[in-house]
Amino acid sequence: MPETDDVILELKDITKAYSGIVALKKADLKLRRGAVNVLVGENGAGKSTMMRIIAGVERPTLGEIWMDGERIQLNSPADAVRHGIGIVFQELNLFGNLSVAENIFATREITRGLRGIDHKAQVEKANEFLNRLEAGISADTLAEDLPIGQQQLVEIARAVSLDTRILIMDEPTSALSAAEVDVLFRVIADLKARGVAIVYISHRLEELMRIGDYITVLKDGQITGHAMVKDIDTRWIVRSMIGSDAKDFAKQVEHEPGEEVFRTENICLPRAQGGYAVDHVSIGVRKGEILGIYGLMGAGRSELFECIMGRHEHYTGKIFVEGDELKGRDTTRRIREGLALIPEDRQREGLVQSMSIADNLSMASLGQFLKAGFHIDLKLEKSAIMEAIRNLSIKAKNPDFDVTSMSGGNQQKVVIGKALMTGPKVLLMDEPSRGIDVGAKADVFRTMRRLAGEGLAILFSTSDLEEVMALSDRIAVMSNGRLVTVVDRRDATEEMIVSASAEGHKTKRMHA
Amino acid sequence: MTTATQTAATGNHLSTGAALLTLMKLRTFIALFAVIIFFSIFAPNFLSTANMILMSKHATQNAFLAIGMTFVIITGGIDLSVGSIVGLCGMIAGGLIMYGVALPLGYTVYFNIVEVAIIVMVVGILIGAINGLLITRLNVAPFIATLGTLYVARGMALLYSDGQTLPNLTGREDLGNQGFSYLGSGSILGLPVSVWILIVVALGAAYFARFVPLGRHIFAVGGNERASRMSGIRVNRVKMFVYMFSGFCAAIVGLIISSELMASHPATGTNLELNAIAAAVLGGTSMSGGRGTIGGTIIGAFVIGILSDGLVMMGVSSFWQMVIKGLVIIVAVVVDQAQRRLQQRVTLMQMAKAG
Repeated sequence: MPETDDVILELKDITKAYSGIVALKKADLKLRRGAVNVLVGENGAGKSTMMRIIAGVERPTLGEIWMDGERIQLNSPADAVRHGIGIVFQELNLFGNLSVAENIFATREITRGLRGIDHKAQVEKANEFLNRLEAGISADTLAEDLPIGQQQLVEIARAVSLDTRILIMDEPTSALSAAEVDVLFRVIADLKARGVAIVYISHRLEELMRIGDYITVLKDGQITGHAMVKDIDTRWIVRSMIGSDAKDFAKQVEHEPGEEVFRTENICLPRAQGGYAVDHVSIGVRKGEILGIYGLMGAGRSELFECIMGRHEHYTGKIFVEGDELKGRDTTRRIREGLALIPEDRQREGLVQSMSIADNLSMASLGQFLKAGFHIDLKLEKSAIMEAIRNLSIKAKNPDFDVTSMSGGNQQKVVIGKALMTGPKVLLMDEPSRGIDVGAKADVFRTMRRLAGEGLAILFSTSDLEEVMALSDRIAVMSNGRLVTVVDRRDATEEMIVSASAEGHKTKRMHA
Repeated sequence: MTTATQTAATGNHLSTGAALLTLMKLRTFIALFAVIIFFSIFAPNFLSTANMILMSKHATQNAFLAIGMTFVIITGGIDLSVGSIVGLCGMIAGGLIMYGVALPLGYTVYFNIVEVAIIVMVVGILIGAINGLLITRLNVAPFIATLGTLYVARGMALLYSDGQTLPNLTGREDLGNQGFSYLGSGSILGLPVSVWILIVVALGAAYFARFVPLGRHIFAVGGNERASRMSGIRVNRVKMFVYMFSGFCAAIVGLIISSELMASHPATGTNLELNAIAAAVLGGTSMSGGRGTIGGTIIGAFVIGILSDGLVMMGVSSFWQMVIKGLVIIVAVVVDQAQRRLQQRVTLMQMAKAG
């Protein structure tokens, strides 16, 4: 296919700032009709933000959107739908309490005048779309009763049913099996033939090479490469994604880890739809050791951490810190017993946005600054806060400013500082580099190394292969809730880890 | 050249934004001075000492409830039951003074005034605890839980005396329960006792919010409940506390009103919860939780108190008073929202420019 100028939508100079991070910096993007426009980039490069802008979910802080040669405003998802833009979000956006058919036809229900919604027609129509996807889903089941892969297919069916001119798919295959991916690709080819502009976002490079026509690479909110897929190879993609400057991982410090300080035995967390979110996980960490847990989305890493912190009441299994079994399921006690968690979702679970930097840092450890058992010694508190800011090199002009006035990387450091101020023996970090820029990442990694050097046991989870290889002393791989393997970094290869991360799904399909 | 003017323009834009922000943040103070200046010009005798003392007594009642309400709202909740708790606690105080507590075997126990006050405050705290338990253990939305206790407490106040007023709470010398009037009518150094109590409670609450871990946790819970829980804060305990404290504040108001009137009427305190919410909001407490100050709330309570008393003195009809009060509250919240949006825009623009 020649490079055509059949551009349906163009983003010009789009900048999007969130509190704490500039997600897109003067980015340009052209989407072409009847082609698969691939968008790649690392986590936090700004792909999803860009798509949310096209879908009308977010408005750009600066910049223009042009469609068919006219400047348009996308102020709401409804605007985008009016312009013929449909999206399959990365996070599932189904109404769990509604049927599949109702989900597919939400906001454009088939009605029979005053007699209300024609449920029968909706189910029939929905089944048509689902059959095209060979999903094997009945349109009158409740969305929440479907396993996650099928939920994703419902999302796709909904987007396809919209009869859009532009269809955005944000990691549509992350929960699909190989067979389901093949079907999806057939559907995409069909849409393409009908002139739909497809935007396809994925981390799986081989998929991109297979399906893509045009490729755009994003890095740190900026476009770093644009080409036709037939002209390039995966090496080009990786180079554009990572840049010539290799990632600045902290230097390995060769120090022998000490004795085991933390151990779990048979941690199990049942899933509501059956099966286990965390499936008999037993794992140990030694003093001064960094253990990286690698896994894909839904592998159960976050759930494991949540069990360890006592967030789930229904988990079973034992947890030991320094040989003592922890009793009770209560985060407060777990923290007191020497555990601390840096949550994956910084905004929802890490920060209190309405409070200052200082208050965020000290909120978990106020008990340490008490006089007479109840009175907080402000001087003591302040000096501890300043020490944390210094130790983690947090760039805070004034600790009394709102925490949201800082960049994402510094916000993450505040969350880390908060955890460290509780004086943990074991630090759990769930995707510690998510949503922060490269410089801040390197800073966070250096901090992790230093803390390990000081004798802290660190357990961190990531879905970034490079990160887990570079940072860990030992690497554990989780897949579908199971701990597949634990290897020493010196013995680990990327192939080994990637194949292990798919292990849980394979066996599941065999049984099914 | 163009770029230079452009940056200058945006710089200007930002600084006007910042100035506007400062102005908005000071709005409660501005409102307080505005009402005082307005009424000292238009209402005769407004600035006389006697009037000032009378107004401060009125504002005090709202202020107590508003302090409790502020903590509740900061956690992201609401307490609609305080007005009814005022009524019920007033009735219990009156009942204890007039009738004592009848024990089996024909004995009746009478308590002295200090004991009465303590019992009434415990009752207030207990009703708050019921609110707290409904909200934390049984997961009832605060609005509904406290709406329920609003009705229950009011109904119980009416049942207590079959709807009758308990008059003449002077107590009897032989029972040793005289002196109830001191709370409502006494004064120390020229200031009413109730105002002194308010000063103590307000200072205590402000101290608590800044210097006691539980007080700090109130802000964290309201700002982000999930993050608070992940940080080891016992969220349920914090919520229990704020509703109990709100009940305690309501009990104090019940005592003060009964003492001022030397009578307990079961309908006392009707709609006071709305005044308390208004005062808190006027004082800058965010209804979405996480933000608010005791100082702001006290000022808010005085703005509302002065506004209604001043309008009475000007002879404005009570119907118009309601309209005006409502408008003031709406304007306060609109300004609050505008401030937040402006703040966000200023920060985001700065970040986008900085790249």
